[in-house]
Amino acid sequence: MRPFGYLRPAGVEEAVRAAAEAPGARFLGGGTNLVDLMKLGVETPRTLIDVSRLPLGGIEELPDGGLRIGATVRNSDLAAAAPVRERYPVLSQALLAGASGQLRNTATTGGNLLQRTRCLYFQDPTKPCNKRSPGTGCPARDGVHRDLAVLGHSAHCVATQPSDMAVALAALDAEVHLHGPDGERTVAVTDFHRLPGDRPEQDTVIRPGELLTAVRLPPAAPGARSRYRKVRDRASFAFALVSVAAVLEARDGVVERAALAFGGLAHRPWRARAAEEVLLGAPATEDTFARAADAELAAARCATTPSRSHSPATWPSACSPAWRTRPATADPTTARARRRLRPTVPDPPSPTQGREP
Amino acid sequence: MSPDPFPLGPPAYPLGAPLVRREGREKVTGTARYAAEHTPLDCAYAWPVAATVARGRVTAVDATGALALPGVCAVLTHENAPRLAATGDPALALLQDDRVPHRGWYVALAVADSLEAARAAAAAVHVSYAAEDADVLLTAGHPGLYAPETVNGGYPGTRERGDFDTAFAAAPVTLDATYTVPPLHNHPMEPHAATAHWTGGRLTVHDSSQGSSKVCEDLAALFSLDPGDITVVSEHVGGGFGSKGTPRPHVVLAAMATRHTGRPVKLSLPRREMPAAVGHRAPTVQRVRLGAGGDGVLTALAHEIATHTSTVNEFVEQAAVPARMMYTSPNSRTAHRVVPLDVPTPSWMRAPGEAPGMFALESAVDELAVLLDIDPVELRMRNEPDTEPDSDRAFSSRHLIGCLREGAERFGWRPRDPRPGVRREGDLLLGTGVAAATYPVYVAPSSAEARATADGGFRIRVNATDIGTGARTVLAQIAAAALTVPEDRVRVDIGSSDLPPAMLAGGSMGTASWGWAVHKACMALRARLRDHDGPLPAEGLTAAADTRQEAAEGSPYARHAFGATFAEVQADTVSGEVRVRRMLGVYAAGRILNSRTARSQFIGGMTMGLGMALMEGSRLDPAFGDFAERDLAAYHVPACADVPRIEAHWIDEEDPHLNPMGSKGIGEIGIVGTAAAVANALWHATGIRVRDLPLTVDKILPRLRAAREGAG
Repeated sequence: MRPFGYLRPAGVEEAVRAAAEAPGARFLGGGTNLVDLMKLGVETPRTLIDVSRLPLGGIEELPDGGLRIGATVRNSDLAAAAPVRERYPVLSQALLAGASGQLRNTATTGGNLLQRTRCLYFQDPTKPCNKRSPGTGCPARDGVHRDLAVLGHSAHCVATQPSDMAVALAALDAEVHLHGPDGERTVAVTDFHRLPGDRPEQDTVIRPGELLTAVRLPPAAPGARSRYRKVRDRASFAFALVSVAAVLEARDGVVERAALAFGGLAHRPWRARAAEEVLLGAPATEDTFARAADAELAAARCATTPSRSHSPATWPSACSPAWRTRPATADPTTARARRRLRPTVPDPPSPTQGREP
Repeated sequence: MSPDPFPLGPPAYPLGAPLVRREGREKVTGTARYAAEHTPLDCAYAWPVAATVARGRVTAVDATGALALPGVCAVLTHENAPRLAATGDPALALLQDDRVPHRGWYVALAVADSLEAARAAAAAVHVSYAAEDADVLLTAGHPGLYAPETVNGGYPGTRERGDFDTAFAAAPVTLDATYTVPPLHNHPMEPHAATAHWTGGRLTVHDSSQGSSKVCEDLAALFSLDPGDITVVSEHVGGGFGSKGTPRPHVVLAAMATRHTGRPVKLSLPRREMPAAVGHRAPTVQRVRLGAGGDGVLTALAHEIATHTSTVNEFVEQAAVPARMMYTSPNSRTAHRVVPLDVPTPSWMRAPGEAPGMFALESAVDELAVLLDIDPVELRMRNEPDTEPDSDRAFSSRHLIGCLREGAERFGWRPRDPRPGVRREGDLLLGTGVAAATYPVYVAPSSAEARATADGGFRIRVNATDIGTGARTVLAQIAAAALTVPEDRVRVDIGSSDLPPAMLAGGSMGTASWGWAVHKACMALRARLRDHDGPLPAEGLTAAADTRQEAAEGSPYARHAFGATFAEVQADTVSGEVRVRRMLGVYAAGRILNSRTARSQFIGGMTMGLGMALMEGSRLDPAFGDFAERDLAAYHVPACADVPRIEAHWIDEEDPHLNPMGSKGIGEIGIVGTAAAVANALWHATGIRVRDLPLTVDKILPRLRAAREGAG
């Protein structure tokens, strides 16, 4: 087996020190993504530093009217917190749109931001992936990429950042607090996740050994309305095909304030600055919204279409009844394939076969 | 043959009562033990090594590094694995040669003291391949397509009646449409697992299987053993949906490993390896052509299928078969074409043939109803045949019309505005759809034993399998009815190949096949008891029965179950998301033997049909040759929140031409027709006809937008 060390530091400083002393260590929060990736063989940490019990579990009111959310606050607790529901409904909605109740009860705020892409190639260690094994290539570009990036991707990676929460945080101009060997620093959520460029293995700007300790929300804009909308393949539980977090204020039919972020489209929560520019000062009409979306998506590009075009439904003109009645070649594998069929159900244990033909 | 060879008479303990599952408490409290939960002393663990090329040959296996790891006892490869005799299933010829027919084919097996060590060893086995070009993509124009003589179920590949081409050309109203169903995966909750123990010349296996008699027989053949020296136990099984119908690689590998190491060996397949190892529903491209008069009566019907199989074995999804008996038409062509690709071998998945075939046929009937401006319920009624069209045999019972009528009534089908795209609720468009369902009645020979014990109890022994359906419970009910005793005096032993051999749980024929044998044994026991004077001997009195003769006799009747599924869907005009609001199914499936467990089966099938309609499907990755979606994160199946209101009802169907219980199978019919009902409802909601499952946003949103812009 792959043994790994397990540490449970008592404080942030101790955790950061432990990370500095243990190369190949990973911080463990709720484990809902990291443990899965360890089971898949994608993550192979030598040491797990369990930070889930650090005193980072509080939601504090800040003097400026904002909120400070500790990194180990559970997603379900954050979604249910009264100040979040009342002042930042987009955040509560985004959290509740993610994962399942069981996962939200375990997943932490910090872990949610640091979760990794669900790209199928990234999750399969038998295949190349620049994000998992730098330099091996990106099969998703020409492969199965239906739900991958259309904005900000590179030749090296078309992965998407899967967090719903991060999209709301991006629209809310939240900040991430980091604590590392060189001290503390703050990064805007919109700058926290990177675009892949030629280093897709680096999801975020986090430095080696840095611990995410908190997220700070600025005061909620008075009079603004916010909403999270997620489009997905399965109602109960699925990652976003696309999602949008919107904070909008209109007065007398004119957009006075707009903050938009898209999820499911890029390697990071996509703050839609071009769209916001169109919206600001424009009439709050469907036409404006459509123009805003078009402005933002002008840069959208699909990853390349699979080179072998596959349209299974194109029925050949000569299909019926002129389809051949014999295999095309004497290929032994084909010949073997023509062996007698197994019936709907196998031969029953008794000698006779009672089924009707 | 007398139409009713086994008159039951009105039993004192009537069939149909909603008894709870006998093993329910064990299951919910976790004490019911499944195949991987048996751990014999000194048990070793096995982890398979799956091929990482789509086609080719293994040129070398270097196990040195794996064997050097702590706790590793063996690495089996095609060079050192026990030799297996050939059986009817070449997919079980594991580790016998160097050929890699598809990605995910097992090329080695690591065995170690712990699961973790086995997994690490498997990862450390270095396999070299000579890879070859692979072809994994099915197209309806694939040059390798050929016409198989027979398809799954033993049905002829092609059937022609009358003159389809002339009739179709002459028909006043015609429809020609092509439908596609992607590869689908069974994904039972319990993965395929086995614990095998070779000791003292005997092989004992706990296997997650739908039928341990068949597993025992196949292991005996593979390992050249006497079936009497093998015991296969499948006491509790967490679902199979066809993928555990016959032995799958896990049980053969576990048996090889215990034979090779002399230790008990446990093997549980990782979820992500199941799609390549245990079978799948093959994708189908289906062309349906319907020709009808202005009155809606069909004059021409063609259903033609293109599908894939593997190069290992020919399995042809019989999707055109239901079109042979559903509707009247004097001119009919139903044909299958199959191409062997470098893909895993497809196999049975709940209602093979009917589930994908009826999606196409019932969508086409709906399209025809739109063309004719006839209500889709009414159109189906107008095409009700008097006899089975393909055979001209009388139906033993056929109550499709009754199902449609009762379903329409219960669902609130009428009044229905047939126009699409006119029912709005905010951003949502609403619509309703209907489809018919059918599934054949099969029965297979089985044997059973009934014993009256000295303490006044009864004991039934039959190798039935409970894959979650409530088999123990319903067999106790059948025995109680036959013996005219309360069912709590009846003990039922199932799930071991040491019991009298019986049909596996599949083909919706388990209850009919086992129940018939149980009924026969119980009737024989009653006769013995009648003739017996005085107290019972200590060992009790026993009667055995088998139904070889009854099953072989077949029936002069065409025997099928029928149903009608109704669905209401909403389509979001902003996002393109489609959701099912409610579903209702009405079934005519003979006598329902336990209303509680039957309801579970019906709504379980309908839920799986909802999955097929809205979200299930995988893609074969042309670059790597495997299914892209291989776990339950990527391959979506419905969860509770996806299934809002779902109702199953049945009509009381008396059919004397079935079996002593008067039952038809109910395990599969629930999935049949459901996908079409949902797709038809989507059309009614939006005017968008999606012929390619599943009904995902990408297929709907652009057309919604186009429609909106067209209107604007």
